Amino acid sequence: MTQWLERHVPKVVLAPTFAAILLFVYGFIGWTAWVSFTRSKLMPRYEIEGVIQYTKLFASPRWDTAMNNLFIFGTLFIVISMILGLALAILLDQKIRTEGFLRTVYLYPMALSMIVTGTAWKWILNPGLGLQATVQGWGFENFQFDWLVNPDYAIYTVVMAGVWQSSGFVMALFLAGLRSVDGEIIKAAQVDGIPTPRIYSAIIIPSMAPIFLSAFIVLSHLAIKSFDLVIALTGGGPGYATDLPATYMYAMAFSRGDIGQAASSAMIMMMVVFAIVVPYLYSELRAKHD
Amino acid sequence: MTDATLISPRAGTRTTGQKVTRLALRYGLYALLFLFALYYLLPLFVMVSTSLKSLDEIRTGSLVALPREVTFEAWKTAWSGACTGIQCEGLKPYLWNSLLIAIPGVAISTIIGALNGYVFAQWRFRGANLMFALILFGCFIPFQVVLLPMARMLGLMGLAGSIPGLIFVHVVYGLGFTTLFFRNYYVTIPMELVRAAKIDGAGFFRIFWSIFLPISLPIIVVSVIWQFTQIWNDFLFGVSFSEAGTQPVTVALNNIVNSTTGVKAYNVDMAAAILAALPTLLVYVVAGKYFIRGLTAGSVKG
Amino acid sequence: MKFTSVFAASTAALMIATPVLAEPKAEVLHWWTSGGEAKSVAVLQQEFADRGGEWTDMPVAGGGGDAAMTALRARVLAGNAPTAVQLKGPAIQEWYEEGVLADISDVAEEQKWADVLPAAIAEHMKCEGHWCAAPVNVHRVDWIWANKEILDANGIEMPTTWDEFNAAAEKLQAAGITPLAHGGQAWQDATVFETVVLGLGGAEFYKAALVDLDNDALTSDTMKAVFDEMRVLRGYVDDNFSGRDWNLATAMVMNGEAAFQIMGDWAKGEFLAAGKVPGEDFLCGATPGKGFLYNVDSFAMFEVDGDDNKEGQAILSELIVGPSFQETFNLNKGSIPVRTDVSLEKFDMCAVKSSEDMIAAEEAGSLLPSYAHGMALRGAQSGAITDVVTAHFNSDMSSDEAVQMLSDAVANSM
Repeated sequence: MTQWLERHVPKVVLAPTFAAILLFVYGFIGWTAWVSFTRSKLMPRYEIEGVIQYTKLFASPRWDTAMNNLFIFGTLFIVISMILGLALAILLDQKIRTEGFLRTVYLYPMALSMIVTGTAWKWILNPGLGLQATVQGWGFENFQFDWLVNPDYAIYTVVMAGVWQSSGFVMALFLAGLRSVDGEIIKAAQVDGIPTPRIYSAIIIPSMAPIFLSAFIVLSHLAIKSFDLVIALTGGGPGYATDLPATYMYAMAFSRGDIGQAASSAMIMMMVVFAIVVPYLYSELRAKHD
Repeated sequence: MTDATLISPRAGTRTTGQKVTRLALRYGLYALLFLFALYYLLPLFVMVSTSLKSLDEIRTGSLVALPREVTFEAWKTAWSGACTGIQCEGLKPYLWNSLLIAIPGVAISTIIGALNGYVFAQWRFRGANLMFALILFGCFIPFQVVLLPMARMLGLMGLAGSIPGLIFVHVVYGLGFTTLFFRNYYVTIPMELVRAAKIDGAGFFRIFWSIFLPISLPIIVVSVIWQFTQIWNDFLFGVSFSEAGTQPVTVALNNIVNSTTGVKAYNVDMAAAILAALPTLLVYVVAGKYFIRGLTAGSVKG
Repeated sequence: MKFTSVFAASTAALMIATPVLAEPKAEVLHWWTSGGEAKSVAVLQQEFADRGGEWTDMPVAGGGGDAAMTALRARVLAGNAPTAVQLKGPAIQEWYEEGVLADISDVAEEQKWADVLPAAIAEHMKCEGHWCAAPVNVHRVDWIWANKEILDANGIEMPTTWDEFNAAAEKLQAAGITPLAHGGQAWQDATVFETVVLGLGGAEFYKAALVDLDNDALTSDTMKAVFDEMRVLRGYVDDNFSGRDWNLATAMVMNGEAAFQIMGDWAKGEFLAAGKVPGEDFLCGATPGKGFLYNVDSFAMFEVDGDDNKEGQAILSELIVGPSFQETFNLNKGSIPVRTDVSLEKFDMCAVKSSEDMIAAEEAGSLLPSYAHGMALRGAQSGAITDVVTAHFNSDMSSDEAVQMLSDAVANSM
C-alpha cells in the first residue's frame, strides 16, 4: 500500500486539478455546446432543436462586424504590443539610470481595471474633450483626431487602449529574455567587431523565440477575452462598429435573454481559440521529447 | 544584464565627433523613453487631476485640464461616503471582502500550481504531456461561458454567494496559469538532481520541500503578482457569485461609477478607481523588480 | 384546496397581527446606486424597518441593469434567488415563464392596486392574471429639454411637430448653435428613434410597429419617413456625440452649447442638481406628436422559502405601492408616482405636466410602453431593432435599406 502510494504520488497530486479542469472547463464547454443546439432564451433549456442558433448567428450582420473586428483588433493588438514591448525592452536595456521608475510606469496599466481607465481614455480620445481639443487649443487649428467617433476608425482606438494596457507586460517578458541571453556569446561577437544592431537582429532576438511564443499566447488570450476594454471605451459603438465576439456573446446572454444564441457564438469563439492554441501546445509538447 | 548596448555610455577610445554623436543618441534615447512614459501616464494623469477637482469645475471646465483648485473631498467621499447602494459608506467595507477572497485565492492556487508544475517538470509519466496540454487550454476559456453552469455547480455544492465559493472559482480558473509558470520554471532544473536525491532515499514531498521550494522565490513572485491582479480586478465572477455582504471591491466600484440615471460625480469615480487599484499598484511597485527577475529566471522559456 | 385556503387564511391572520414570531426579511437586488436614487431606495428600507423588517441590500449597477441581470441569473441557477428584484416590462413575464416568480395577489387585492394604477401599467405587473410585481414610478421617455435663454434669443418656441423642430434646428444651426445634444450610445439612439416613431406615425402606428412588430408597419412608408427624419436629426448633432454619456449631453444644454436634448425625465435631475429652475433656466416639453411613452420601474417578487421571507415580500409589496413611498421616492428620482391618487403638490411643473399627460393619454389610448427602455418588447426583439437603429444612425445607410434590415432583424430574432 505504502509502496503503491509512493509510486503514484505524482498522479495523486495532479488528480484534483485534473478533475477540476475536466469538469469546470471541458464539462462546461460540453454544456455550452449542448445549449447552442437549443432554443434557450432567458434561462438554459435542454431540448435539442438543431442548428437554428448557428443559422441565425451567421445571418446576423452584427456578428459579422464582431468577427471582422476580432481579426483587425487581434492582429493589430498582438503585433503592436509585441513590437512596442520589444522596442521598449531593448531601449530600457541600455543601462538606463531611471530604469526602475520607467519599468513601473510601463507596467502599471496592467494593474488597473478597465472599469474606470476606460472613462479616462474615452475623454482623452473624444475629439471635443481630449487630445484634439487640447492641441487645437494650443493653436494648431487643423489638428484632427476623431477616431473614437468615426465608425470606420473606432476599432483602432480600442487597439490603442489595449496596447496601452498590455504592452508593458510584454516589455517585461522581453526584458527578462534579454537579461537571460548568454553574455559570453555577445562578448565574443563584440570582439569580432560585429555592429550592435546586427548583434540584436542576428543573435539576441532569435534566441528569444520561446518568449515570442509566450508573449503571443498571453496576448492572444487577452485579445479573445477583451471585453471590459470595449464596454468601457466605446460600449461597442458608434452603432455596433466596435463589437467583439466576447461583447456580442455577453449582450446576447445577459441583456437580451437569448442564451442559445450566446452559446452558439461562444462555440465559434472556442473554435477560434482552438485554432490558435493547439499549434502552440503541439510545439510545447514536441519540445519535451528531447 | 546583457553587455550589448546600442549606445554605450562608455566610449573612451573614440574621437570627439563620435563622442558627440553618442551623447546626442543617449539624450535621444532618454527623450524617447520619457515620451513613451507620457503615453503610459496620460490616463493616470487624467484620473488623478479629475479626482482633485470639484464637481462644478468638471461640469464647466475642460475634462483633461489641471485642477484650478485642489480638493481632496472626492477622495474622502470615495473612501467612506459614496453610495454603493442604500449604504453610503464608500469603498471601505468592500476592501475587506476583496482581501478575504484574494489572499486565500492567491495562496491556494500558487501552492497547487507549484506542486503541479513540479510533477509536470520532474515526475513525468505516460500521458503527462496530454494532461498538461488540457490544463493549459483551460486558460483560454472565456469567463462569460462558464458563468451559468458555474452558478449551478456552486448552488449544488452549497457555496453559492459565499466567499469560499468565490475563492474556489478563482482557484479553478487560475490553476492553468500557475501550473504553467511553475512547470516552465522547474523544467530548467536538471533531472539528475532529483535522481540523486531519490537514490539518497528522499521522497516526493521531501525533494520538493528541501530542493525545489528554496529556489522558488522568483517564480512564486510571478505567480502571486499574476493571480493577485487577476483576482483583485475580477468583476464578472465577483458580481455573479456574490450576495449582499460578500461583494468584492470591484462590484462596489462599479456601483459607484456605473449608475445609469443618476447624477454623475466624476471626481468621486476617479478617486474610487484609484483607491480600488491601490493594492495592485502597490504590489507592482514593490514586487515589480522581482517580477522581472522571476521571469528572467526561466518562467518564460518554453 | 382546503390546505391552501387554511394557509392563506393564516398568512392573512399573520399580517393583521403584527407582532409575529419570524422577523420579516427581504433581500433586494436593484441597480439604484447613485446618490439620489440610492436615497430614494433608502426611504423604502426605512419604511420596511419601521414595520419590523430586516432589509438586505444587494445593489449591482451598470448598463441599465445588465450586470444586475447577470447576477440574477447566477443566483436563480444556484437556487438562491433574492426576495425582490428590480425588473421591468416583459422581462417580468419572461421570468414568470421560467417558473420563479411568486404570486402577490393577496396584497394587491387588499390594497386595491387595480383602482389606483393606470390599466396599461397594471397589465405589466401581472403574470397570467395574477399580480407578480409591484410598480415604483413612471418615467416619461418622450421629453424634449431646452435651454430657455437660447430659445428666447433666437425667437424659437418649443416645437410641437417634427417640421417645426427641423425649422428651429436650421435656424439654430445658422446661428452657430448645436441644435440637438445627443449621446451616441445605442440606447440613446433608440430613445430618439421611438419618439420620432410616435411623433410621425401616431399611437396606432407605434403600437403596430414597436409593440406588435407588425411587418407591414415595419416596412411601411411611415417607417421610411421615420428613418429619413433620423437622418435629418443626425445632421443636427455635433461631431463628437459618439459614446457620450447622456448626462454630458444634458450638460451641453445647461451650458448653452446646445439647444435641445431628447431624453427621459431623469435628465431633469441633472438640471436640478446644477441648481437650474424649470421654466426659468430650462424648459420641458413633450416631443412632437401625441402620446406618452412610459418607462415604469418595478420590483418583481421571486419565489422564496420560509415564512420570514414571504412575510417580508408581502410587506415590501405593500410599501412600494403605498402613497407615502410613492411620493418621497418620486420626488427624489424625478419621475412621477404610478398611483394616480397621490397629491402632486410638492412636485415641479414638469412632473405635474407629466402626470396630466399620462392621465389624458390613458383616456385617449395613447399611453404606450417605451421600446428603448425595455417596456414594449422582450430583450431579443428590442435588441434586434436597436441594432438596426444605431447602425443606421451611425452610417450613411439609406432609409430603404434600414427598413429592410429592420424587417430581417426582427424576423431573425424570433
